[in-house]
Amino acid sequence: MALTLTVNGQRHQVDVPPDTPLLWVIRDVIGLTGTKFGCGIAACGACTVHVGGEAVRSCVTYVGDVSDPVTTIEGLDPAGDHPVQKAWRDANVPQCGFCQAGQIMQAAAFVASTRNPDDRQITEAMSGNICRCGCYQRIHAAVKAASTGA
Amino acid sequence: MTHQFTGQRVIIQNVSRRGFLKGAGTAVGLVVALQFIPLREARAAVGYATGAGEMPHGTVNDPHVFITIDPSGTVTIVTHRSEMGTGIRTSMPMVVADEMEADWSRVRITQAPADEPRYGNQDTDGSRSMRHFIQPMRQCGAAMRQMLETAAAKQWSVPVGEVQARNHEVVHQSSGRKLGYGDLAKAAMDVPVPPVEQLTLKKDADFRYMGKGIVQITDLHDITTGKAVYGQDVTRPGMKFAVVARPPVVGGRVKSFDPSETLKVPGVERIVEIPTQESRIKYMPLGGIAVVASNTHAAIRGREALKIEWEDGPNASYDSAAYKAKMEETGRTAAKVVRNEGDPEKAFASAARKVSAEYYVPHLACAPMEPMVATAEMVNGACEVWAPLQYPYGCREDLAKMLDLPIEKVTVHVTLLGGGFGRKSQSDYAQEAVIVSKALGGVPVKVTWTREDDIQHSFYHTVCFNRLEAALDKDGKVTGWLHRTVAPSLLSTFMPDPKHEHPLELAMGVVDMPFAIPNIRCENGEAEAHTRIGWFRSVSNIPHAFAVQSFVAEIAHELGRDPKDYLLELIGPARKIDITKSGVIDAFWNYGDPYETYPIDTGRLSNVLKVAAEAIGWGREMPKGHGLGIAVHRSFLTYVATALEVAIDDQGNLTIPRVDTAIDCGFAVNHERIQSQIEGAAVMGMSSTMFSQITFEKGRAVQGNYDTFEVAHMDTSPLNVRTHIIPHGYDVPASGVGEPGVPPFAPALCNAIFAATGKRIRTLPIGRQDLRPA
Repeated sequence: MALTLTVNGQRHQVDVPPDTPLLWVIRDVIGLTGTKFGCGIAACGACTVHVGGEAVRSCVTYVGDVSDPVTTIEGLDPAGDHPVQKAWRDANVPQCGFCQAGQIMQAAAFVASTRNPDDRQITEAMSGNICRCGCYQRIHAAVKAASTGA
Repeated sequence: MTHQFTGQRVIIQNVSRRGFLKGAGTAVGLVVALQFIPLREARAAVGYATGAGEMPHGTVNDPHVFITIDPSGTVTIVTHRSEMGTGIRTSMPMVVADEMEADWSRVRITQAPADEPRYGNQDTDGSRSMRHFIQPMRQCGAAMRQMLETAAAKQWSVPVGEVQARNHEVVHQSSGRKLGYGDLAKAAMDVPVPPVEQLTLKKDADFRYMGKGIVQITDLHDITTGKAVYGQDVTRPGMKFAVVARPPVVGGRVKSFDPSETLKVPGVERIVEIPTQESRIKYMPLGGIAVVASNTHAAIRGREALKIEWEDGPNASYDSAAYKAKMEETGRTAAKVVRNEGDPEKAFASAARKVSAEYYVPHLACAPMEPMVATAEMVNGACEVWAPLQYPYGCREDLAKMLDLPIEKVTVHVTLLGGGFGRKSQSDYAQEAVIVSKALGGVPVKVTWTREDDIQHSFYHTVCFNRLEAALDKDGKVTGWLHRTVAPSLLSTFMPDPKHEHPLELAMGVVDMPFAIPNIRCENGEAEAHTRIGWFRSVSNIPHAFAVQSFVAEIAHELGRDPKDYLLELIGPARKIDITKSGVIDAFWNYGDPYETYPIDTGRLSNVLKVAAEAIGWGREMPKGHGLGIAVHRSFLTYVATALEVAIDDQGNLTIPRVDTAIDCGFAVNHERIQSQIEGAAVMGMSSTMFSQITFEKGRAVQGNYDTFEVAHMDTSPLNVRTHIIPHGYDVPASGVGEPGVPPFAPALCNAIFAATGKRIRTLPIGRQDLRPA
């Protein structure tokens, strides 16, 4: 039975079991590869997308449970100029870059929901996302810049 | 004197990003004073000796190989080293662009496929890229600059000495005429490439990009918008998705299996057996059963439903606790002598006082964020592979051998690597993808490793035990030094197990010990490998530097001395150590480079130590629960000192308010990326010091994902890392950057913990060890 899913404003009919993780539907069925597979158990955050504006780990979210629209890194901003993306570039955050889509999606949801966060709030919000290259210092600075307009 | 580098904003984007589509001239804000380069005063291009020529296929400096210019003026530069996060994909073309006077905003970068005969060595490992290729890349750029000048001079019928290439055009000064690189492209390509002896390099003062730290990484926009293509993101028409069930014990194999439940899983299409090789040699897949499906999740489900009986083989008894006990026993008795200088027996016999300590560092997994993955297809008897590879040509050679095909029939494309850290130097995953594709008649197949696959089938960082003993005279001077190390060798992955550390492992912090001590003995005990040992960022330097740099602080404490002052005293006067007179038994391994170019220079070692100490305010009053620690280590021909402040509360919770790291890597090409590597090294150091370990029970890795193989997150990482780059001109040869930031971190942290609490950590990771003040 086909399921209907809205991703980045586009409706998709997908023919997969409803307990298929959203991650693999986005990547392998719809073919949007900006969202990454890092762990499969919601331990690293590389697969973070927005469902109804909330940051979720798509690797543990069943596609059958998703009714709200999904936004991936590709749909965050049409020109790639979301304040978080711009702050990321200003701070030269990425090293290998693989985790960054998940980090940016996590940060974008946080910035949208939290006005003028302090350093500790930023750290708490971002501590579920692993960066093995170790870009945390710059991620923190970029989130701060994006959330304060600095 | 240092160059303090604190995250300044960078202002140049190159054309391979958005600017490319909008046309040239969209670069913002770069203002460079136009000036002529007095050619005759410029530097000769025949440079210093490196070990680059000893690497397979050496180096290539032909501008026709690396540079093309189209009539619009876009300069395309090929980058042949793999990008795993160090920034080399940007930094190397930046060297070429600078030397050829190309405007970075009009430069495009393309990634070379695996083709070492054409591009030179592509094994992106050992922090070698810049130190082996800065010279050929400068020669390449200089040749193209001179070819452009020759073409312009010919067109104007003026002597070539009257024209000058500068910032993407050639100028005839006296007449004011100018020709853009696009206008000269065709004519310049027809000019014979000048021999190296006729090339002149730019003077340091005329660098536009090298040493400036103003160029952003070329993939920055794609990374932040999800467009960057990693191995995981490769898509081919009609592609199938596969995962593999592998023997849980290295050397094991499938005894029997039943796929009937697997084949009932929706989306699963078939299974393919991957043979287990008779001998465990480099880059070979472990073997097992591949499940092929219409998407990755279906393949994972299908694998869960497989019933497999394994035959575990000879490593089934590998047990980390028992192995540790055996290593300790080995390390407490005399072993193979690998360095002997002076008369250490006499020094210990006549010592006024002796100090000894033992240190242990466990196996680790690289665990890059992108697990292993490869996509393969076979068309008309030819094989094509797309994968994140640190050693693409090694992969291509192995595939040709495995398929019994001429190498021309095998094409290997290098994607971006979602981290590497040494794991992606081995390309067993690419072979798996090819085996499965071939079994399916050549259909494109992507083999994805899950995180559990990655953690449980890694090429692991070795496990290492170190025992150190010092003989002291009545004044507290070290008169005798004994360092006994025990670790299964990485070479066991490549050859029959040598059961001793290889000279290249021993030169990572054992026999290269730089202290001014008259009587030295280094010994290496026997240890057999029972898993696949591989490269891990900075390799054997991690356990060796942890032991040596902790031990020095322990001696200082015994004597009531300041650990930084005592360390400086041990290093002794500034000198270039004569390694031939140091009693090293085997030929000394200097990271594959000539010792004359890169000697052990104790002056540079002491200098980084002083710089880091000064930066953190060594000796200042500490609040309760705070402590300072420091360590210094030379690795990959680079000198790094890390000083850090730790804060530990009454419950034993640890935070790191500040880290100051000083790095002397010779000529520093890309300051911005050097800084990011040092920040990252602190986080990786934090992971392995505090959290990470791989242990084996019944031959199987116990850990399976990031929940059990723990790494540092933002809330457990230092977020105030300051990088101090020792400034040098091009005359001080560039050395490694990617790895040398890691080794000093663990001892600096443990020394700081001791200063704060009086607790001495000798076993990593710290994990649940009680850090509450003693």
